[in-house]
Amino acid sequence: MKRETLEQLLAARAERRAVALVTELATGTQRIVAREQAARDPLASVLDEAFRFDQSGTHDGQFVAVQNPPLRLVIIGAVHIAQAVIPIAQQAGYDIVVIDPRGAFATGARFPGVALHVEWPDEVLPQVALDQRTAMIALTHDPKIDDPALTAALKANPFYIGALGSKKTQGSRIARLKEKGFSEAEIGRIHGPIGLAIGARGAREIAIAIMAEMTRALRLGT
Amino acid sequence: MAAPDHTVLEQASEWLKAGRRIAIATVVETWGSAPQPIGSQLVIDQEGNFIGSVSGGCVEGAVVTEAVDVIAAGKPKLLNFGVADETAWKVGLACGGRIGVYVEPVV
Repeated sequence: MKRETLEQLLAARAERRAVALVTELATGTQRIVAREQAARDPLASVLDEAFRFDQSGTHDGQFVAVQNPPLRLVIIGAVHIAQAVIPIAQQAGYDIVVIDPRGAFATGARFPGVALHVEWPDEVLPQVALDQRTAMIALTHDPKIDDPALTAALKANPFYIGALGSKKTQGSRIARLKEKGFSEAEIGRIHGPIGLAIGARGAREIAIAIMAEMTRALRLGT
Repeated sequence: MAAPDHTVLEQASEWLKAGRRIAIATVVETWGSAPQPIGSQLVIDQEGNFIGSVSGGCVEGAVVTEAVDVIAAGKPKLLNFGVADETAWKVGLACGGRIGVYVEPVV
């Protein structure tokens, strides 16, 4: 591998651009293919599947290494459950963004080493691409904070949207979103009550339930 | 399955900037049950320091030894490990699978 190839891979990752590194195993010849260019590549069909399923592999002596943008988790609410979710998500490879306008919650001491925004979601989310490699979870229980974030998420294309709250909370949330003009199918993209039903008790177990549901959405699309 | 472990590539870049000579080892094929998915990587320097994983421990030692040679030779090499080949008696995969590991110098 050329040094410049390594740097190009790292730059693509930093800029959230999907690329693949194709290596001819017999000769060591390499090329980087951007996802937008994949259709014009000799390996077009292989590359298309590789990008869509996040699946590297060897085809006729050519190794296709997929480099999709890193997974990202946007958390609305610098709350206790967020503190429990973050280490699991980081271990699973997610970059973390935490948004909460309440300065008492959103402190660097409570959330070290993550991108922390002490701002309202509708101020920050326009700068955060809620793309197919991004999940968003709303954890505040406060419609003033959660609703604008859920609205932004429904207008974008994250692979997972979750909202904390009981069935009752979720019911009134659905009613509010309907008033804003979202259809039932659109609102159905929000997982709420959040997390797989595993009888989770306490923040740490709820975090596991959330991560399990998020993983299912990522890998199985359900 | 998973995206490559980018801490490995970042480490590779840092080691290069520090003037170390390095190689990158990548799992390019797996057969049967393999402990690490295709795309898993290891970065190795000329002294045999390494970061990352290609097998969960079973073949790292052999890969590192080969990588040090690859760094010296400046040419890539494709390695195979598994129950079916002779190497397996030395560093076989406990899980019974086979893996192909591509080791390339970064130049």
